[in-house]
Amino acid sequence: MSDHLRVDPILCDAHGHCAELFPELVSLDEWGYPIIDDGPIPPGLAKEARRAISMCPRLALMIEQRSR
Amino acid sequence: MTALAAASLESPPTRGLRRLLPSGDASWAQHLERHGPLPQFAGRRASLIAEVERSGLAGRGGAGFPTAVKLQAVAAGRAPIVVANGTEGEPASAKDRILMTHNPHLVLDGALVALTAVGGDEAVLAVSRRARPAHAALTRALAERRADARRIRLVAVPDRFVAGEETALVSWLNGGEAKPTFTPPRPFERGVGGRPTLVQNVETLANLGLIARYGAGWFRETGTEAEPGTVLVTVRGGVRRPGVIEVELGTPLRQVVDRCGGLAAPVRALLVGGYFGTWIDAAGNLDLPLADAALRPHRAALGARTLVVLPHGVCGVAETARVARYLAGESAGQCGPCVFGLPAVAQALESIAAGAPDAAPLAGASATAERADRRPRCLPPSRRRAALRRQRDPRVRGRDRAPPRRPLPCRPRRAAPAHESRELGLEVRR
Ligand SMILES: Cc1cc2nc3c(=O)[nH]c(=O)nc-3n(C[C@H](O)[C@H](O)[C@H](O)COP(=O)(O)O)c2cc1C
Ligand code: SF4
Repeated sequence: MSDHLRVDPILCDAHGHCAELFPELVSLDEWGYPIIDDGPIPPGLAKEARRAISMCPRLALMIEQRSR
Repeated sequence: MTALAAASLESPPTRGLRRLLPSGDASWAQHLERHGPLPQFAGRRASLIAEVERSGLAGRGGAGFPTAVKLQAVAAGRAPIVVANGTEGEPASAKDRILMTHNPHLVLDGALVALTAVGGDEAVLAVSRRARPAHAALTRALAERRADARRIRLVAVPDRFVAGEETALVSWLNGGEAKPTFTPPRPFERGVGGRPTLVQNVETLANLGLIARYGAGWFRETGTEAEPGTVLVTVRGGVRRPGVIEVELGTPLRQVVDRCGGLAAPVRALLVGGYFGTWIDAAGNLDLPLADAALRPHRAALGARTLVVLPHGVCGVAETARVARYLAGESAGQCGPCVFGLPAVAQALESIAAGAPDAAPLAGASATAERADRRPRCLPPSRRRAALRRQRDPRVRGRDRAPPRRPLPCRPRRAAPAHESRELGLEVRR
């Protein structure tokens, strides 16, 4: 099992806080929507991930657990 | 001989290429004469699912997911429901409505077999509003078998590209908009009415109706080891007789074209898989078998099971631009990358097709597609990206693809845009 950051693209409104708070895994496209690194969240960055999630005004970010 | 084959009442009448589109009319009497009634599986759900697993049947709606795995997952839930997906939102495709129009009883059989397999008692047959002959044929077929009709409901679905995506379909059937929803939950977990929902393409179901009668061994007699059975393919563009044909999986592209009367003009490229598809250079590739395993190295897949033949002199970029523009118009408008990305890609392709003097728009479109592609819910620009990649390949670009010195619009000569050619009278070839 590994944790991955995921965005609900239907909820997302391109506020961009996630990229500001968590640049390690999140960048923005030319329209301000997040491009999220699909890999597992590095253990040392779990706190940053949780912070980005709690700061998203649309509550569009989440952690998804994947097997394998 | 497998358990189910032993239980079948009739010997398989439809070997080879006439499994799904046999000759004869669409009546119940004809269907009974052809296949006899469906065998009963009371108390044998597990062996039915095992037989489907042995058959190697995979979904015919685009993704090619093993059907037995889905049956198993939905069967594990309480009060499951079956949705027969006959929406066929893909504009280049006609195979589902041809199947429903010409062989409605086999589709109904498949829905009933699926109900038995998952332990449900209600099936919904979702068919696009525009497919009037299919509605008529299914309505008639249901009237011919009253007892079964109590368990099967026919529903009209909006004629939109994304309406056939399974979460969009579930949303529509739940009284919402025909737009994709975020997952999880997936329909098999929580779908129509909150119940575990099996969404299965109508062609997949038709195959289920045959496997239930004749068994896995029979099913595997055609096709390849990894991809058994036949497929319905919609063939359009530069062939003499465009239409829907049934072929064995693994049939070389050349034979598929020949079955459609042969090439109408020298061929340059083939769009495999519909609007999500990939251009394949015709030179040296006409012997490619029509099967996912053989298409994969070309970054192509059967997808929506359509084949568009692009003759020499017709511009692949212009055609791709048209597809991108169409998809941009079909966005459900829910996700930013799709709302902004698809028009941007379409715009770039259009300017290239109109003769943009340098490669900047192509690089731009490619990069945009690449980025947008990593996020979308349902209309991945990736396939456009694959198309772009091909166009960058000098072998595909060819002479009339090189950026013209003067802005000389490179227009398709005649070929109607694929999404308009849905109105072309398509014939079924058996
Ligand atoms: C944008 C989009 C459109 C789709 N349209 C259809 C469709 O028109 N018909 C269909 O059977 N499946 C369609 N699908 C696939 C369905 O989501 C689903 O996978 C399929 O109906 C499952 O059936 P199968 O396993 O028998 O193929 C579409 C998927 C996407 C992403
Ligand atoms: S990718 Fe596009 S069509 Fe799909 S859900 Fe997002 S906005 Fe809608």
